[in-house]
Amino acid sequence: MDNSRFIAKHVVNLPKSGIRDFFDIVAKMKDAISLGVGEPDFDTPWHIREAGIYALEKGKTHYTSNLGLIELRRAISKYVEKNFAVSYAPENEVLITVGVSEALDLACRALINPGDKAMFHQPCYVSYSPSITLAHGVAVPVPTFAKDNFALTVEALRAAWQPGCKLLMLNLPCNPTGGTCDRAQVEAIAKFAVEKDLIVLSDEIYSELTFEGVHTSIASLPGMKERTIFLHGFSKAFAMTGWRIGYACGPATLIEAMMKVHQYSMLCASIISQEAAIEALVRGEDGMKKMRDQYHRRRDFIVRRFNEIGLKCHLPRGSFYAFPDISKTGMNEKDFAIGLLHAEKVAIVPGSAFGENGKGFCRACFATSYEQLIEASNRIERHVQSLAKNPPRP
Amino acid sequence: MKPIVKLLLEGGSLNTAQMAQVLNLSEAEVNHQLDALKKEGVLLGVRPVLNLSPEDSGVVRAVIEVRITPERGGGFNRLAERISRFDEVESCYLMSGGYDLLVFVSGASLQRVAAFVSEKLSTIEGVLSTATHFMLRSYKEHGFLLEGKAEENERLKVAP
Repeated sequence: MDNSRFIAKHVVNLPKSGIRDFFDIVAKMKDAISLGVGEPDFDTPWHIREAGIYALEKGKTHYTSNLGLIELRRAISKYVEKNFAVSYAPENEVLITVGVSEALDLACRALINPGDKAMFHQPCYVSYSPSITLAHGVAVPVPTFAKDNFALTVEALRAAWQPGCKLLMLNLPCNPTGGTCDRAQVEAIAKFAVEKDLIVLSDEIYSELTFEGVHTSIASLPGMKERTIFLHGFSKAFAMTGWRIGYACGPATLIEAMMKVHQYSMLCASIISQEAAIEALVRGEDGMKKMRDQYHRRRDFIVRRFNEIGLKCHLPRGSFYAFPDISKTGMNEKDFAIGLLHAEKVAIVPGSAFGENGKGFCRACFATSYEQLIEASNRIERHVQSLAKNPPRP
Repeated sequence: MKPIVKLLLEGGSLNTAQMAQVLNLSEAEVNHQLDALKKEGVLLGVRPVLNLSPEDSGVVRAVIEVRITPERGGGFNRLAERISRFDEVESCYLMSGGYDLLVFVSGASLQRVAAFVSEKLSTIEGVLSTATHFMLRSYKEHGFLLEGKAEENERLKVAP
């Protein structure tokens, strides 16, 4: 029996993630050096893990309120005010979610009517476009370019805008490009959002990993708090990917709407993860800064190496990804990544997995040890040199 | 802090060729900087951290709390430096609290260490008392866990 006919149309039409395809290929390759991951190489700092163990010992095994533990919401409110210069009431303007991914999904489902259009810059995290589609919205990608260090420009926004646009999704710094916007650029985007009456979903998961300049949250700009949902989590800065814990902050009416969807689908985030997250916020800052410093130095190394190798690479101002331009090799990004994997056993991710505009680029995660980065860069160099000697046939 | 010092702290097991790549220097320049650090007395040495079985290591270790009389002019320094020079002494620290020096010693056997304490250490003029604690087992050395060491947590090879 063909039971695929039972699947909803909008799910059938949803493309499979390009990451998934590539994962299947890499998984078969033993002992490859992988720069293909999207998470820190550090395990969660011990004091945070220990707080999770302690929570279990104390019998913290129950549901929490739908919004999440009030202690955690208070800690988040304080942390966000201190680091992002915007204040949210812990009682009704903060919602704890299962990672930022859930927060993003909730926001889409709570805000999008069928047919509403949502803008997002591209290349981008793989979930943005599908989250919009699953909420029956229409995805409107806005290109970012290497010449701007992949910052989102208001010109590109204006060019992509069309009647019916309601949402603008931001991810600054950005996975996979490491691009971000300085204060003036964020101000220009804010002005545009007001002009077009857009609600902004600002995914700031990589904000702590900003290496150049100061991170500016669009929510902190005058008049923007009321039209912004601030999304953040613990995965990247505190090396807590597997705990699945994130949060959304915003105006009480919007948080209430997201909470409705959350309470009927997820109920609440894991209490153990919530307890550990409190520890991360209260005592985790020093450890986080130490990790950030290490990412910073590794970034400088790998970006320099890509440029030496002849793969032009802009300086990612944040995140832990380098996004070199591989078009000079005469290959497309997929063939290059697969060729590199087979010839030298190094895994990087084809940029097109992150959208049309990622064509010609590859993503390399530098959240890994120096030994691995050195070895990987030497192998990539050897591969590029051998391609130059034996150019691929068109 | 100099970049090379940071790298020594962070990527301790890199060889000089790898350090040269990371720092964007020639290997000769890395060696030159390391030599300079040695001359300045900043880099005293590099030692491996090993997890040997008791039979292989053949060493007994003890921690000794030592009370000494401070001296006019030099305070505790002269005596502390004198004690530090013994080969048996691995580390020596001036402490606040109930005693003055905390001395880490090692020897081939319990008897050797005991002999060092009774014959050498406590007979030094100015040493008032010693309290020796033998180490039974080590769980962590210089930041490395010895037993139940961190399991290889396999990350997904490719993730969004």
